[in-house]
Amino acid sequence: MNDMTITRAEREAKLEGMGCKRKRVEDIRFTQGKGNYVDDVKLPGMLHGDFVRSPHPHARIKSIDKEKALKVPGVLAVLTAEDLKGVNLAWMPTLAGDVQMVLADGKVLFQNQEVAFVVATDRYAADDGINAVEVEYEALPVLVDPFHAMDADAPVLREDLEGKTEGAHGPRKHHNHIFEWTVGDRDLTDAAFRKAEVTIKEMISYHRTHPSPLETCQCLCSFDKVKGELTIYGTFQAPHVIRTVVALIAKIPEHKIHVIAPDIGGGFGNKVGAYPGYICAAVASIVTGRPVKWVEDRIENLCATSFARDYHMTTEIAATKEGKVTGLRVHVLADHGAFDACADPSKWPAGFFNIVTGSYDFPTAHLAVDGVYTNKAPGGVAYRCSFRVTEAAYCIERAMDILAQKLGMDPAELRLKNFIRQEQFPYHSALGWEYDSGDYHTAMKKMMDTVDYAGLRREQAEKRAAFRRGETREIMGLGISFFTEIVGAGPSKNCDILGIAMFDSCEIRLHPTGAGIARMGTKSQGQGHETTWAQIIATEIGIPADDIMVEEGNTDTAPYGLGTYGSRSTPVAGAAIAMAARKVKAKAQMIAAYRLEVHEDDLEWDIDGFRVKGLPEKFLGMKDICWIAYNAPPPGMEPGLEAVSYYDPPNMTYPFGAYLCVMDIDVDTGVYKVRRFYALDDCGTRINPMIIEGQVHGGLTEAFAIAMGQEIRYDENGNVVTGSFMDFFLPTAVETPHWETDFTVTPSPHHPIGAKGVGESPNVGGVPAFSNAVNDAFSFLGSTHIQMPHDFWRNWQAAKALGAV
Amino acid sequence: MAKTHVTMRVNGSEVEGLVEPRTLLVHFIRENLALTGTHIGCETTHCGACTVDLDGMSVKSCTVFAVQAEGSEITTIEGIANADGTLSALQEGFRQMHGLQCGFCTPGMIVRAHRLLKENPTPSEEEIRFGIAGNLCRCTGYQNIVKAIQYAAAKINGTEFREAAE
Ligand code: FES
Ligand code: FES
Repeated sequence: MNDMTITRAEREAKLEGMGCKRKRVEDIRFTQGKGNYVDDVKLPGMLHGDFVRSPHPHARIKSIDKEKALKVPGVLAVLTAEDLKGVNLAWMPTLAGDVQMVLADGKVLFQNQEVAFVVATDRYAADDGINAVEVEYEALPVLVDPFHAMDADAPVLREDLEGKTEGAHGPRKHHNHIFEWTVGDRDLTDAAFRKAEVTIKEMISYHRTHPSPLETCQCLCSFDKVKGELTIYGTFQAPHVIRTVVALIAKIPEHKIHVIAPDIGGGFGNKVGAYPGYICAAVASIVTGRPVKWVEDRIENLCATSFARDYHMTTEIAATKEGKVTGLRVHVLADHGAFDACADPSKWPAGFFNIVTGSYDFPTAHLAVDGVYTNKAPGGVAYRCSFRVTEAAYCIERAMDILAQKLGMDPAELRLKNFIRQEQFPYHSALGWEYDSGDYHTAMKKMMDTVDYAGLRREQAEKRAAFRRGETREIMGLGISFFTEIVGAGPSKNCDILGIAMFDSCEIRLHPTGAGIARMGTKSQGQGHETTWAQIIATEIGIPADDIMVEEGNTDTAPYGLGTYGSRSTPVAGAAIAMAARKVKAKAQMIAAYRLEVHEDDLEWDIDGFRVKGLPEKFLGMKDICWIAYNAPPPGMEPGLEAVSYYDPPNMTYPFGAYLCVMDIDVDTGVYKVRRFYALDDCGTRINPMIIEGQVHGGLTEAFAIAMGQEIRYDENGNVVTGSFMDFFLPTAVETPHWETDFTVTPSPHHPIGAKGVGESPNVGGVPAFSNAVNDAFSFLGSTHIQMPHDFWRNWQAAKALGAV
Repeated sequence: MAKTHVTMRVNGSEVEGLVEPRTLLVHFIRENLALTGTHIGCETTHCGACTVDLDGMSVKSCTVFAVQAEGSEITTIEGIANADGTLSALQEGFRQMHGLQCGFCTPGMIVRAHRLLKENPTPSEEEIRFGIAGNLCRCTGYQNIVKAIQYAAAKINGTEFREAAE
C-alpha cells in the first residue's frame, strides 16, 4: 500500500520529526509583519487605559482629585483604589501567598507604583488625563537597603500586615520580614564546618535585574454585559492560570472568561504573573461597557512589572586540604520589594534555590532564606529561570572558584574532583532533590579538550608574568561554569500555583485525510512550539510535521495547562504530546490489525505506519488509518482518531552544561573583551538542534548582559535610576560576543522521549561563566570576589582597589 | 486637539489621514493605516522595533511625527516581500538561518537590513553588526541575524553563501 519506490530514509525525512533542523512555521508570518500581538488586536469602541504613577518611593496619599482629569477631552473614567474597593479588587493575591495593591490604597510603597487608572478614547487622551490627575503625597522615610530592612527602627512598610506574626510561609520575625525558609541538616552541616580543614566564606550578591522582553506587558479586556462574559487578550505565558485567577478574584464563573494569548514578543518570566494593569483594564471594561486596552510603556515595564534576582547569598564551603567538599552553608537575604510577588510554585518561597549544591557531591548542606520588604517594585520573577535556579547556580559556581583559589587548585580540577559521578544517578542531593541523570565528567572533559584548557591556562600564566613585568596592561580571565539545572515543574505532589497542580497537557485530533491539530496547555513566546511540537508528533505517529497544526493560547479550545516558563514546556508538555500521540497510535494499531487481518501483536511500527511482522508487503500507513478511523472503523469501535493527555511528571529533569568564557580586561579603562565563549549543553534528547542553538545564543546574550552591566538600580532615596533602555544595559549586535555551541546527550530516564528542556540553561550557566572570568582575571592581584555587574567602570574600580592602576 | 491632514506614499500606495500634530508616525502607521507589522518596543528611540524606511533612510518611526512625514515615501515590513508575494531574500534568510524567535524585533530588523544592503551590498560581519546596532533583539543573540543578512546579501548578489564555521 505504501509507495515502495520511496526509501526508508526518504520517508523518514518527509516527516521532519525529532532531531531534524526543521525551519520554523512561525517565521512565515513573522518575517512579513503578519504576527498578531496583543497591541495589534483592535475591537470596536475600544478605549485605552493608562496609569498615574507615584513619584515617591514611600509616601502617604493625602488626596486624589480626578475632577480636572475627567474634564479632559476624551477621558471617560478615572479609577482609584476607592473605586476598586466597591468590587473588592483594590488588592489582589500574589502568586507567592502575599497580597498586592492594585491601585495605591492609602500609601505608596515604591516609585512608579500605580495610583490611578485613566480611561480615554485613545492613548494620547489618556496621557492628557494622567497629567490632570492631582495627587497630594506626604513623603515617608524610605527603606532601600535590604540589609537594614530588619533594623529595629526600620520604617514600617506594610501597614496592612501590622501585628501579623504569621506569613504565608511561617513566622515573621520583624515588620518588614516576609518569610524564613530553611532546608537541610543544620547540625550535621555545622559539624562538617567544625571538622573542616579548609573553609571559605563570601557574601555573593546577584543584583536586581529585569527580563524586559522586547514587547512589554499588555492586555485588552472586553466585558459583554448581556452575556456576562469577559474576554481578555493578553501577553500571558500561562493563559489558563490567568483564567482561574480571574475567576477566583473577580468572581466571574470560569466558563464565562475567555483568555486569549496571541503571539507574544518574548517573555523570559516577565509575563507569568498578574499585574495591576490587567485588573484595572477588566474593571474599566465592566464600568464603561467598552473594550479597554492597556499597553505598558518601556519605563513602566522596567520600573513596575516584575524584577528578577536581588539575592544576597552568604556562602560557606567546608573542604579537606585535598579539595574534597564536605559541607555547604548558605544564607540568603532576598529583597522582594514592596510586595512578595514572586512567581514561584506556591509552596516554594525561595523557588528551587535548594539546588544550590549544584553539580557536586556535598555530603551535607544547610540553607536559610530570609525574605524582606523594601521600597522597591514587587516581584522576584524567574527571568529565564526555574525559580531561583539561576541565583543558586551563580552562588555555587562562584563559591567553587573561591574555594579553588584558597586551595591553590585549578578550578576545573576542583570541579572534576567533586562532581557527582555517573554511577551515582539517580542522585539524592543533601538538600532534597533526586537528580535524574547526568554524565558530568564527560561533558567537562569535552569542554576542556575543545577549548584547549591547559593551553589557555599557560597563556594566562605568561600574560600575568608579562603584566607583572609591566609589558602589558591587559589581564586575562578564564571563567568556568558547570551548572546543573532543575526544570520541568513539576510533579504536582510538590508543585502548584495557588493550589493549581503543575501538570501540562496536549490534545491531538487527526482528521480523515491524515492531517491534524494539536492543542496545548503551553504558550510559546518565541520558543517555536508550533514547529517543535509537530516534530514530536511526526516521529511518534508518522504524520508529517507539516500536516500538524499546533495551536496554543486560547483557553476555550486548549486543554488546561500551566503554561510556558522555567523551561517546563518540553519536560512536561513535551511528555504530554508523546503520551497523547501514543494513545492515538494504540487506536491506530487496533485499526491496522483489523484491516490487515492479524493480531495487534503481530504488527510492528515502521516510520509512518504498521507492518505485519515477517510480511513486509502487508503495510498500512497512518494516512490511510486516519480515513478508516472515521469512515470504516472496526465493528464496535467508536469512529474518530484523537486523544488528550494530561501529564504529571514523576520528577523534574536536570539538564546540565559546561561553559567557558575567555576574557581580556584592560586595567586602565576597565574595558573587557570576550575573546571566546564556548557552551556545551546537555538537554537530553534533542528535538530541533537549530532551535536549541538559537535558545542557547539568546540565553547567553542575556547572561552576558546581566553579568556585565544589566541592572535595576535604586539610589539611596529610592529613585530607580535605570528606568529606560538608555541606562538599562541591553547589548546590541556590536557588544554581543560570538557564541560557540556544543552538546552531549544524556536522556532523562523518566521522560517519555528523554528530553530535558534547554531554554533557560544558557542564562543560568552563562552568568557564572562571565563573572568567574572577570574574577579569575583579577584574582592574581589578590581579590577573591568582585560583585556583579562587571561593567567597565566597576572593572576599573576593581583594578584601582587592587593597586593595579 | 485640532487635526492636520497628511498624505504620503506607504508601500507604493498613496495614503492620507487626519492626525494631531503630536501623533507619532508609528501610531499613524499602526492605528490609522492598520499596518501592525511595525512594532513598538520602547518609544524612546532605543530599540528599533519601529524602524521603517523613509525616503531612503532607516528611521525609528516612534521618533518622527506623522506630520513630518508629509509627502514622503515610506516602506514598512508589509512592503518588503517580492512583488509576486514570495518572501524576499532577506525574509527567506531570516527563516533559513533562524534569525528570529519571538518575531517582535524582526520587522524592524528586516527593514533596517533592507536599507543596509542597499547602502553596502557586500558588508563584512563587522559592518553588519554595526549596521544593525540601532535594533535590539532580546531573543536571538544576533549571531543568526548576522548570518541571515549574509545569506540575503549572497542571494541578491548571486554569490555563494557559505555559513561561517562555528
Ligand atoms: S519603539 Fe521606536 S525605537 Fe523603540
Ligand atoms: S526575535 Fe524576539 S526580540 Fe528579536
